[in-house]
Amino acid sequence: MGQALPEIRPAPVAALAVERLRLRDLRNWARLDLAVPAGPVVLVGPNGAGKTNLLEALSLLAPGRGLRRAAPSELDRRPDGGPWAVAARLAGRHGVFEMAVGREPGAERRTVLLDGRPLKDRGRRAELVAMLWSTPAQDRLFQEGPAERRRFLDRLTLTLDPDHAAQVATYERLLRDRAVLLRDGRRDPAWLAALEARIAAVGVAVAAARRQLVAALTEAGAAEPGPMPGVRLALEGEVERWLEDEPAARVEERLAAALAASRELDAVSGGAAHGPHRSDLLVRDAASGEPAAACSTGRQKALLVGLLLTHARLRGALLGELPILLLDEVTAHMDVRRRAALARALEELGAQAWLSGTDRGLFAALDGRATFLEIDNGTIVGDERPSHAAR
Amino acid sequence: MAAAPIEELVRLLAKLPGLGPRSARRAALALLRRPDTLLAPLLAALEVCARNVRRCSVCGNLDTTDPCAICADPDRDPDLVLVVEQVEDLWAMERAGAFRGRYHVLGGTLSALDAVGPEELGVERLLRRVAERPRIEVVLALSATVAGQTTAHYLAERLKPTGARITRLGYGLPVGGELNYLDEGTLAAALAGRRPVG
Repeated sequence: MGQALPEIRPAPVAALAVERLRLRDLRNWARLDLAVPAGPVVLVGPNGAGKTNLLEALSLLAPGRGLRRAAPSELDRRPDGGPWAVAARLAGRHGVFEMAVGREPGAERRTVLLDGRPLKDRGRRAELVAMLWSTPAQDRLFQEGPAERRRFLDRLTLTLDPDHAAQVATYERLLRDRAVLLRDGRRDPAWLAALEARIAAVGVAVAAARRQLVAALTEAGAAEPGPMPGVRLALEGEVERWLEDEPAARVEERLAAALAASRELDAVSGGAAHGPHRSDLLVRDAASGEPAAACSTGRQKALLVGLLLTHARLRGALLGELPILLLDEVTAHMDVRRRAALARALEELGAQAWLSGTDRGLFAALDGRATFLEIDNGTIVGDERPSHAAR
Repeated sequence: MAAAPIEELVRLLAKLPGLGPRSARRAALALLRRPDTLLAPLLAALEVCARNVRRCSVCGNLDTTDPCAICADPDRDPDLVLVVEQVEDLWAMERAGAFRGRYHVLGGTLSALDAVGPEELGVERLLRRVAERPRIEVVLALSATVAGQTTAHYLAERLKPTGARITRLGYGLPVGGELNYLDEGTLAAALAGRRPVG
């Protein structure tokens, strides 16, 4: 349940890290077996080389559909490869463990293995493998509709509250169930009331978890401004407003009543007029107070990455472990000053970071500290490690 | 490749819960290796069940008689009805041996997406039973899942006008359980459901 976040523990902060990565038949990668050194890893290569595919492979180790939200069969290597598999040895606050994910032969399903044994519990997986990513698809996050921002926020929440994804899925399923009843003209008031009571209970828990995260992120960002620009966050929505001045139990009743009153309207729209699925995450530049959507493209990217880094730091403070960062084409819209700030911020944070870009020059600020992997056509064609890195 | 009848046997066995294609093959071989001690008796048992087992028209239980043995038992309290999702829940309750009333087996939980509505769960049948007995108590013994709780909420709503006493099973500390291993939800429920001592 999305209840109180764990209390801040002054325990030493570990950084979750992939120590070894193996791939088979995934996108344009036929085979890969990579020993991963400490420090940032930069993937460099031309468009279509397989940099993002490699980041996507890493993202599949965490719960969900990965950073492209692909269906299992979409990931098979074309034309004749598959089924795909990703396996990694990871080290973090839970010690060293092996996580493997792959498509089941002949099925549109993935299998997850933890230390060789099937792992079905998504919450447990979220607890073990926390990842945050930034992709070019997020470049329009602040311009797009609120659904993308809610999904983004839910992913962040998941890395702190492993049950959050299940709560959101339950909430959405209940909404669909209600929509089916209303669409079919089945005005069974007892059935609708039963659904609305559950929708309200789960919906308020989802809203409360998001609200707590936004508050914690705001506090963390203000307490320790890093080299990247800071953001001011707010959740805009009816349920969140109600939660400002009423206890959760009362808000549940209020939401259930609001849903009961909007049945006619919802039957026509096919949706639900009330609930946290209508909320939005508002992001502003902390320095200027400007809405993120109004900032320059480069500034927006920097705000987004700054937010991810703050969240990573927050998770470190709350759970004693930093998540893995996957930053795809992250420097594309950044000028040299921002790129230097990013390199400094990554170093201060100490999380394992995977970056990608077409041009090695974009990562000059990481020279001598990062491992540079040159990628072409689904293979590593160059491997340059910092002199201090152990193989 | 096995002969066609064996493949057919494997295909059918694989439809059973808990069996995949591989375990179905193992089960089929186990049967075929013991034609007299396993295959024939199983065949006979299946035939008897197919011919005789039916759903109880009162409570939805499975039995060879209708009404079922529980509904027909005069020693079981007709003013106490326990509502469960599935026959296996009824069996679990019977194994515990603590319940001396009767049952209503829903056969599932409400789900508009899966086209399971009150008709599929025999809710009208339950309401008629309750209406016949003014002093009846209905115990809602549904799973503590979202689907179970939605259905319980719905049943409570429908039963309210009958004036029947409606209760649900308690949530809390499992017998023999240690407090510090309980999840937060159960712990909170156990606290809310605390009892006076002595």
